[in-house]
Amino acid sequence: MSRLPSGGRIDRSRPVSFSFDGNSYQGFAGDTLASALLANGVRLMGRSFKYHRPRGVFSAGSEEPNALVELRTGARREPNTRATTVELFDGLSAQSQNRWPSLAFDLLSVNGALSPFLSAGFYYKTFMWPAAFWEKLYEPVIRRAAGLGRAAEENDPDTYEKAHTFCDVLVIGAGAAGLTAALSAARSGARVILADEDFALGGRLLSEQHPIDGAPAASFVAKAEAELASLPNVRIMTRTTVFGVYDSGTYGALERVSDHVAVPASFMPRQRMWKIVAKQAVLAAGAFDRPIVFGGNDRPGVMSAQALRTYAVRYGVAAGNMAVLFANNDYAWSAALDAAEAGVRLAAIIDVRREVAAPLQARAKALGIRLILGGEVVATSGKILSSVIVRSGGREETIAAEVLAISGGTTPNLHLTSHFGSRPTYDESLAAFLPGTPPAGLAVAGAAAGRFALGETLRHGAQLGASAATAAGFAAAPMAAPRAEDTPSGISAFWQVKGTRGLAFVDFQNDVTAKDVALAHREGYRSVELLKRYTTLGMATDQGKNSNMAGLAIMAELTGQGIGATGTTLFRPPYSPVAIGAIAGHHRGKDFRPTRPTPTHQWAEERGAVFVEAGQWLRAQYFPQPGEKDWLESVMREVKATRSSVGLIDVSTFGKIDVQGPDAAAFLDRVYINTFSTLAVGKARYGVMLREDGMVMDDGTTARLAPEHFIMTTTTANAAKVFQHLEFCLQVLWPELDVQLASVSEQWAQISISGPKSRDVLAKVVDAPLDVSNEALPYMGVAQGTVMGGTKARIFRLSFAGELGYEIAVPARHGEALTRALMAAGAPFGITPYGTEALGVMRIEKGHVSGNELNGQTTARDLGLGRMASTKKDFVGRVMAGRAGLIEPDRPILAGFRPVDPSKRLRAGAHFIAIGAEGTLENDEGYMSSTAFSPALGTWIGLGFIKHGPERWGQRVRAYDPVRGEDVEVEVCDPAFVDPKGERLRV
Amino acid sequence: MRIPCPYCGLRDAHEFAYLGDATVKRPDPAAPGAEDAFHDYVYLRDNPAGAHKELWYHGSGCRSWVVVARDTRTHAIAGAELAREVTP
Ligand SMILES: [Zn+2]
Repeated sequence: MSRLPSGGRIDRSRPVSFSFDGNSYQGFAGDTLASALLANGVRLMGRSFKYHRPRGVFSAGSEEPNALVELRTGARREPNTRATTVELFDGLSAQSQNRWPSLAFDLLSVNGALSPFLSAGFYYKTFMWPAAFWEKLYEPVIRRAAGLGRAAEENDPDTYEKAHTFCDVLVIGAGAAGLTAALSAARSGARVILADEDFALGGRLLSEQHPIDGAPAASFVAKAEAELASLPNVRIMTRTTVFGVYDSGTYGALERVSDHVAVPASFMPRQRMWKIVAKQAVLAAGAFDRPIVFGGNDRPGVMSAQALRTYAVRYGVAAGNMAVLFANNDYAWSAALDAAEAGVRLAAIIDVRREVAAPLQARAKALGIRLILGGEVVATSGKILSSVIVRSGGREETIAAEVLAISGGTTPNLHLTSHFGSRPTYDESLAAFLPGTPPAGLAVAGAAAGRFALGETLRHGAQLGASAATAAGFAAAPMAAPRAEDTPSGISAFWQVKGTRGLAFVDFQNDVTAKDVALAHREGYRSVELLKRYTTLGMATDQGKNSNMAGLAIMAELTGQGIGATGTTLFRPPYSPVAIGAIAGHHRGKDFRPTRPTPTHQWAEERGAVFVEAGQWLRAQYFPQPGEKDWLESVMREVKATRSSVGLIDVSTFGKIDVQGPDAAAFLDRVYINTFSTLAVGKARYGVMLREDGMVMDDGTTARLAPEHFIMTTTTANAAKVFQHLEFCLQVLWPELDVQLASVSEQWAQISISGPKSRDVLAKVVDAPLDVSNEALPYMGVAQGTVMGGTKARIFRLSFAGELGYEIAVPARHGEALTRALMAAGAPFGITPYGTEALGVMRIEKGHVSGNELNGQTTARDLGLGRMASTKKDFVGRVMAGRAGLIEPDRPILAGFRPVDPSKRLRAGAHFIAIGAEGTLENDEGYMSSTAFSPALGTWIGLGFIKHGPERWGQRVRAYDPVRGEDVEVEVCDPAFVDPKGERLRV
Repeated sequence: MRIPCPYCGLRDAHEFAYLGDATVKRPDPAAPGAEDAFHDYVYLRDNPAGAHKELWYHGSGCRSWVVVARDTRTHAIAGAELAREVTP
């Protein structure tokens, strides 16, 4: 066991059981998975992405590159969680990933021997071999060899929430600077949100041993937390990562509400996505320790100096039996010495510098630690680290160690400052990049701003917290910052040990080595952006938090440009990975978008309708009857009943737009290709409107209710688009027109009845004096009155099905009552409800175009409607519809098609090819757009576009469909298969 | 992003639909060379990195078409006017 006998911010009275790779272990409340595994002596935690190298834990935070595990089992299995941020809970089950057959013995670690072939750019070079190799060879092999855990195969049983909140000052990070910033802002009365990704406040203060105001740092944290918690204007959000900065003071944050329990409590989400809008923000995200590049620096047991201290001080864990430190800076000494004082056995400190601050040396000597100044680690050995080989004064020696703590310096965590494109700038004295110009309203405090010394960090946070509150309109002053000693801060820039043995890693997570960087340099990929993409350096889930500095420092040395001139790549949101489930929130499954039931939905459900989604709408598709064997049989019955007697369908989903004003008629003339100013009051007319590029946008009928009052209908799919277009025309193109628009799609239910008996049915529901006789209400006539004893109604005599027909509009709340009344009135005639399928069959039989024809690529001429276009006026799309390419004679035009062999089926998507011609693009003459089995003709029929369509009725071509392997001879014909003269409409 | 609608005040960008360049003007369809002018009007757009005037439609609000002066690099909005009151 590696648990120290005492110390740590864990609750030793609350043991927690968990398992890793099937073995049971015990930790304590307050542990992370990583600290508990180390406490149990488990140091091998994963295998690397490309070479399957054994890996242990490197850090103690969210920047962890190595210790990625699968968490939980079954539907809740989650890959690539960082063991360093997983809070231990009772029953937690974790599995290592990326290994086969086991973590300890991984056959694919042979990839490491193949490293010369898997070097930088191998993705680009290797896959230039024949394309056929991809599916058979590369993809399966690479998927098995290089992976990052397995996602659950079942649906996620948990829920995710989205929430918005607002504040005056958002403080990101609750370490030394964050706490003083939050206190200084909060004391002014400003609404403060303090967010931290950890489950405890304190940041570095949970791990460091420096006293604050003469007392342990922990007591300062406890006092600060108590004060903040007592203030009503402060909200503390732990387990919450602010992952992105957006414009206008908007911040994205992910709260892990239930990740620390096995199963979320009832009604609690697993995670919650926050959109925080803050007047001002203070980024106090701290800093992290970066690695040094040398051979074998990825061996399990090698970890950052800060991590060694955190495990010792915060979790009471010795990460191994005997440790050594290899560093180039004073902070690493402080970290290692803190760990040693907490009980970790520290054998030696190796520093590349020959001069190190005397107080640090004295402190080390007092602990009996051997000092090797001017030394370097050149290699490591053991599958799990057992010793390090140190070179100093020209000699090498081997030192036994289970832990090698390393530190190449401190990197400010300035990720969020570059989300808006601001480039960090290099500071030679700190050997670190500092924030460039942060986004407006965001100030950077403490270590994130390169102010690493504790006393300075506390003061800086207080100052920026107060100035943020002041900027947000509050009278704020910095709190009297607590006193803390500023410990030695020396550093000598050092990135890479020369002349080392073994693979020297720059990026642990993507297995990028120093050699790969050199290769990228040799091959010309020298800019940091190219280096990143060519080697994949910094492209893994840690986004180069650990690797960027060393990678670009090595490149800078090779180019001789210097680090500042080499620059760094930009960071982009998210700061750490965000699950897709959290981004989706409750917008999943049926809740992905709203469902709009029609006014007759409940009635249709009672009748056993099968529904189909039409945009957001649910419409009845068909109404199966007992004994019918499939949908086609139901649809045929519905069509026959409508054509022979009467059928009913809800057409409320059509868009309805009320158009009023002195210029309403003139306006419609400008948006439709045909003329509406000549339409008589009490009449309706079919209209076609174009986009400005000359293609058809939509069609529908528009009726004139009064001289200055029209009611327009649009297709279901385009209702919103047409309305937006009309508003555009009125407000942007012709603001001089005096017209008002209102969408009334949801205010009116509209029921269509069609068939020879429809007038008899209608007559039974209208109230006197409304007269629906052929004389009073002729074809395309409109009448207004009441139905069902006093319900206001508009009656339009028109039919998409091509029969005598009426559409009856009533206020939406009466739609269901009207339907029941019509069904009762039609019972003697066998009135039959039908759905969208039967409607589709009847409109194809009638040659009416619909969505398949109005596909955004067809002109009015293509649709056979060219003659509708007025030549006496301008309208939207007129000029562009006249372009040479759109009026050339060879452009396919709408026609009907029927199979020469009546038993053959037609399918939409087939292309027309001359008989005997080869099925090539050059021979393509057009395509089939809609097909249906026609009960009237007893065969399949189709609508489609074919060159010279109207002139070719009677000719034969092939409907060639290589996708389905079909090739059917068809005859071109009139698209109006049923009642081409329209006589049935006028009876 | 938040857009200051002249009617509704500062509103979330999700309430708006984007169209694009507000500086183009529908040509005179009767003028000579109308087809070329319409071609440019329909298809040619500048895509500046920086200050831009754009049309946004407040579809989930007052249904106004709004001309918004926005910096495409930062989303900083310098102002917004009703399209019907702007002469392009
Ligand atoms: Zn508005």
